[in-house]
Amino acid sequence: MNYQSEVSPDARKFKSIGTRPLRPDGLDKVTGKARFGADVSAPGMLHGVILRSPHAHALIKSIDTSKAEAAEGVHAVVTRADFGSDFDNPDVMDNVMAGKKALYDGHTVAAIAASSEAAARKALKLIKVEYEVLKGVTDVDAALAPDAPILHEDMVPDGVDPAPTKPTNIAHRHEFGHGDVDKGFKEADIIIERSFKTEAAHQGYIEPHACLATLGSDGRGELWCCTQGHYYVRELCADLLKIEESQLRVTASEIGGGFGGKTTVFIEPVALALSKKSNRPVKIVMSRNEVFRASGPTASSSVDVKIGVKKDGRITAGFANLRYQGGAYPGSPVEFGAMSAFACYDLENVKTVGYDIVTNRPKQVAYRAPGAPMAAFAIESVVDELAKKVGMDPIEFRLKNASSAGSKSSYGPTFSDIGLALTLETAKNHPHYSAPLGPNQGRGVACGFWFNFGGQTSVSLAVNADGTVGLSVGTPDIGGSRASLSLMVAEEMGVEYEKVRAIIADTASLGYNDVTDGSRVTFASGIAAIEASRNACKVMCARAAKTWGIPEDAVVWEDGHAKPAGSNAGDFKPMSLVEIAANASSTGGPIAGHHEINADGAGVSFSTHLADVEVDPETGRAEVVRYTVFQDAGKAIHPSYVEGQFQGGAVQGIGWALNEEYIYDNEGRLQNPGFLDYRIPVASDLPMIDAVILEVPNPGHPYGVRGVGETSIVPPLATVANALAAAAGIRMTDIPMSPPKVLKAIDEAK
Amino acid sequence: MSQIHVSTTVNGDAVEFLCEPDETLLTVLRDRLGLTGSKEGCGSGDCGACSITIDGRLVCSCLALGAEAQGCEIATIEGMAEGENLHPLQSKFLEHAALQCGICTPGFLVAAKALLEKNPDPSETEIRYWLAGNLCRCTGYDKIIRAVMDTAEEMKAAKS
Repeated sequence: MNYQSEVSPDARKFKSIGTRPLRPDGLDKVTGKARFGADVSAPGMLHGVILRSPHAHALIKSIDTSKAEAAEGVHAVVTRADFGSDFDNPDVMDNVMAGKKALYDGHTVAAIAASSEAAARKALKLIKVEYEVLKGVTDVDAALAPDAPILHEDMVPDGVDPAPTKPTNIAHRHEFGHGDVDKGFKEADIIIERSFKTEAAHQGYIEPHACLATLGSDGRGELWCCTQGHYYVRELCADLLKIEESQLRVTASEIGGGFGGKTTVFIEPVALALSKKSNRPVKIVMSRNEVFRASGPTASSSVDVKIGVKKDGRITAGFANLRYQGGAYPGSPVEFGAMSAFACYDLENVKTVGYDIVTNRPKQVAYRAPGAPMAAFAIESVVDELAKKVGMDPIEFRLKNASSAGSKSSYGPTFSDIGLALTLETAKNHPHYSAPLGPNQGRGVACGFWFNFGGQTSVSLAVNADGTVGLSVGTPDIGGSRASLSLMVAEEMGVEYEKVRAIIADTASLGYNDVTDGSRVTFASGIAAIEASRNACKVMCARAAKTWGIPEDAVVWEDGHAKPAGSNAGDFKPMSLVEIAANASSTGGPIAGHHEINADGAGVSFSTHLADVEVDPETGRAEVVRYTVFQDAGKAIHPSYVEGQFQGGAVQGIGWALNEEYIYDNEGRLQNPGFLDYRIPVASDLPMIDAVILEVPNPGHPYGVRGVGETSIVPPLATVANALAAAAGIRMTDIPMSPPKVLKAIDEAK
Repeated sequence: MSQIHVSTTVNGDAVEFLCEPDETLLTVLRDRLGLTGSKEGCGSGDCGACSITIDGRLVCSCLALGAEAQGCEIATIEGMAEGENLHPLQSKFLEHAALQCGICTPGFLVAAKALLEKNPDPSETEIRYWLAGNLCRCTGYDKIIRAVMDTAEEMKAAKS
């Protein structure tokens, strides 16, 4: 739908939108009452634990569970043999429970349900697995070597012409772009070519995966779990357990962070299988070690970039070859990387090629703007160098080449009104950009882009007899969406924000809802909540019309009241929502509204980041001392939570840039599966993160909303690298820019 | 192994429980006493989500044993508000939108309360270092630090 007329300037004055009320789930969360994945139990509950492969790549010759089954307290043991065959999602099945091969350190091989966790852990040691250890590969470039170990003997990549005759570790090849890059490079005065690598980062949510499952012999079950999408969990579990979707009711718990990492299943089908076999409720909670070894992380990458530019600073051509490994199964986000790489620039000649590669690592899962930060790191680093080479200010250089309304994007579509230039200009004029720098400090700038997503959403709301509103949505609230959706309902219906109570309904209560991902909830569930509100207001107008004895279309909804309009204007005293609700039983029964959509029109989002970084020349430690985010939000519904998205994404990016990495030994075993050695940023590592909200309305949403959750993680890798280059005169091409690497680069530059 | 009988005080209430000798205090609180406000994010003392105080001292309850609670005064997030009156930190966390998912929030609140009891007038740097043992992955810490600074200001003003 297009809401252009509604979002045009001065189309409406908001009452609730843009205010900062307390979140409806806040009290429970500051008092410890909120119930997250691991916080519930059931009578007769068993504890499930998982046996994981210690090998990165091994044939599973046999599994003997007999001793474990006989152990004290054990009620059920499951292996792949307990699952069926012919799945719609065969890779999900194989990742949840290994089949013929274990494909990474931590791959699930068997699981036990016992009366206590201690009994279950004791019994794990009694399962005998006979492995034939194979040579493995964890590095993205090494996986492409002619003699690399092959993970899947039947893998022939699509998109490669001519098709290879032998199996490879390439799952897909993608290509995007337009124009003629060879011609563009011939026109260039300066060309820079660089190669970049980024290591895998984990989403790092503080809440480990947790679930509580029951599944009876009648094929009916219930599942409580922390997930970004309980409908998708239902779909996958129904496939893997061979049950009907209608018979599995999934309830999303409060979710302790996800960032894309809780958009699939790991333990949930296992808990259901154990429950089915034991006829008891089964709870599984991952340890942090398991979270690191067997869930997430994002892809690691290797990217070659070539950009040509005229002396006047105009880019003539851009090319990137992107290779992302996404773990043991196809599906690295390289396609998004290849699509987004040059999205910030209005280019005549552009081409990107992406390769989706498999290695002996856990299957990657979406991580906030999946695939984009690695590509932006490479492109924005080269853009920074080019600006320096032609002697231009890095913001001016970007403004000269920036995408704007009418630009044909590097991935196909032509942009409409976008906020990139506004973020750059605002950054240029911000006090941060001209503030003096201290010794060993440098300033960096970089831009970022994310597509944003719409998708399927179903929302229902009820007008209660006391004039309050119950709002049911099916997209788990991961960062305050109950607040933003309640604000939209309050705005539409003209009720106070506090009168709206939003809940996340279970899968039996609403139509299908896509996962909370793609920065889609405030956008898509927002549209549905607004339209459901309008739907209910229409019903209330009809009730007033009935009371007054005038036609339904002669009544309008304004400021929380039904008002006679047209020729009847002023004939009757406006009737409030409270009055209409109180009389509902005598005017036709309960009043409700609902709306179902598959939303398109999610407006793309751009941002510009500024960072000041101080480098310690003695140790190579880089510290971010000032950071500002400028991002287009379309319309900020609850500005505090928009700022929160900007700040949180920026800090995840800073962590990825400077510290976070998956470290494997030569046997493919993860060496740092814990928060001590996989070091996410802590409070003392950081300054305040200034967030500047800009608003270029998106006509795809009634209020102009653009998703804000993901773009903020796209620029930081390059922003920090560019600041480091300015501070220490070194160009880092390998993420993370950890102290040993920075120190080495400083020494080499001497 | 036989279980150990422990008598202790939790949030002012006298409590008795039996626990395994190797059972953590966090497991006792969550699974035996039903106090699930303290969270297990790592089980190794790295994330601070299970922060509680034992006799006023801030600890990760995943690193303490249930048996160690004998004769101690334990305080958890569940005891932080007095009836319907939230502790000023709890109110300020809400006001400043200092939480997104909320899983780390109990640990931050317990840790920040311990800080303000020890140092009612902390600098931003002191707050950042005191809270360095509590991981938050959503907020980038900005609003959390501001909430604690604002609470300290307000509590100071209330006293003077």
